[in-house]
Amino acid sequence: MSERIEAGVWVEIHDIVLEAGERAPQVPEDTARIPLEMRVKGFLSEPAELGGEAEIVTAAGRRLRGKLVDVNPAYRHGFGPPIPELSTIGRELRTLLGQREISDD
Amino acid sequence: MTSYQAVMAQRNEIMRQSVGIDYRKYATGVLAFDYEALMADTGYDLERVRQVQQRTAVGDTPLVELKNLTRLLRLFSKPGYGARLFVKDEAANPSGSFKDRRASLSVFEAKRRGYPGVIAATSGNYGAAIASQAAKAGLRCIIVQEAFDSRGIAQPEIAEKTRACEAYGAEVMRLSVGPELFYQFLKLLKETGYFNASLYTPYSIQGIETLGYELARQVREQEHVYPDAVVVTHAGGGNLTGTARGLLKVGANETEVIAASVDLSGLHMASDHDFNRKSFTTGHTGFSLPFTTWPDRADVPRNAARALRYMNRFVTVTQGEVFYITQALAELEGLERGPAGNTSLAAAFVIAQQLRQDRIVVVQETEYTGAGKHPLAQLNLAKRMGIAISRGDPKTSKPGQSIVIPETPAQLDVVDVDLQRVRRSYLQHALQSEDKEAKLTEADYTFLAEETRLDITNVKEICDEFIGQAR
Repeated sequence: MSERIEAGVWVEIHDIVLEAGERAPQVPEDTARIPLEMRVKGFLSEPAELGGEAEIVTAAGRRLRGKLVDVNPAYRHGFGPPIPELSTIGRELRTLLGQREISDD
Repeated sequence: MTSYQAVMAQRNEIMRQSVGIDYRKYATGVLAFDYEALMADTGYDLERVRQVQQRTAVGDTPLVELKNLTRLLRLFSKPGYGARLFVKDEAANPSGSFKDRRASLSVFEAKRRGYPGVIAATSGNYGAAIASQAAKAGLRCIIVQEAFDSRGIAQPEIAEKTRACEAYGAEVMRLSVGPELFYQFLKLLKETGYFNASLYTPYSIQGIETLGYELARQVREQEHVYPDAVVVTHAGGGNLTGTARGLLKVGANETEVIAASVDLSGLHMASDHDFNRKSFTTGHTGFSLPFTTWPDRADVPRNAARALRYMNRFVTVTQGEVFYITQALAELEGLERGPAGNTSLAAAFVIAQQLRQDRIVVVQETEYTGAGKHPLAQLNLAKRMGIAISRGDPKTSKPGQSIVIPETPAQLDVVDVDLQRVRRSYLQHALQSEDKEAKLTEADYTFLAEETRLDITNVKEICDEFIGQAR
């Protein structure tokens, strides 16, 4: 059974704007093969099931319908691990400038 | 009717309603229009723009001399060479970039004219700027982004802009890859009746004129001269156009205006496959070359950003060089700033080496950095997409396949874009944009000469050549 989400919860919906056959004539072949997708967040206006049809009220006050795909969606972007190719640049440049290298003390 | 073709056919009417400018009245020839009249009709002069911007703490950002980077670049310059490097720290604006200047006047004008909200199509800093300004003005705001590929992978930099726009209370419509973003944008304008806060209206460009004005004044006050060169990260042309117009308005007529873009040649901007194989979402040749050679491809009928009119030189740098200089800026100058805005810094580091020591080079912007908008996030995405990251000669890098981070500052370089070729390409686009039977008037040739900085005879020769080829 799908999860029932209450009205008023902050969610994300997904919809297809243009199907693969409806894409603009100038798009390259790889893009023409796939649909143009849309994702918008808002507050659920009626209770709905995850994966089912739902209506939201967006931050601009618009009512939009689509498939309910996420509840209280996370911001997942971050920094990730340090990049070794960048890690030593500062040390190299300070050496060039003749500054004392802290790690050499 | 909401099919792609049906909506696109209503484009001009929707635009007229949403920016309140009837561009038709500026036409002076088959393809000529009165650019200065379009700009003047906004009713804002530079002082008034400054007043509007000061209401929301936009502008008056610090000018910082990069003394350590100057020392560093002089190690690689001929004796007596190595100009002083300065940066205008635009990250100090309310939403963290110079885009607040562009947004401020548009939102002020939307409010003044009674529009209930504003819409902008942008995946970059401009979205946050519009959302920030709209929040202060009490207007509703929708930002339309090209945000993720068909696997659902978002560019980290765009994901950060989604977050920032939502933090300012905007609705963010995130779309997958493709130019039909514009179709969705038109539908939204029609549905909501909001103001089109396009990057390319006269308001947006006038908002940037204060940047050129301020930096020229700041250098003049400190050093009693105007800067010798101003290096501008170049994409859609607004940054360069506005800055250059500001420099001219303050009287810095001799200052060389240099465009710098990240070289992303070979990557298709509308390709789902290529979308996440670039680290930079702006400031790259995927925008700067098409917009320099044909500015009116923009989301308004006449683009107020006309970079070729103001450009003295146009150079490209590689992704790896920008990441390198971003790290150098953080570790030598204590300024951790977003990589895209450092495109011009990477170029300026090399350009300064070509000038004498008493010369002044200004990098005219920085942008904020943070999760997603950071070299670490962008290089981690690159690794995930199978792009090789290495140290070495950046000249050996290939956009979409490899990013090569220099091993020494001596490897930083710029590649000059042949401006004569750019001008010819502009003229070719101009001729293609019009009805084949239409005969160009003297006004058109004068306009094309102003657009390309060529003399009229030269313009006519090149146009005749293209017309001959077309037959």
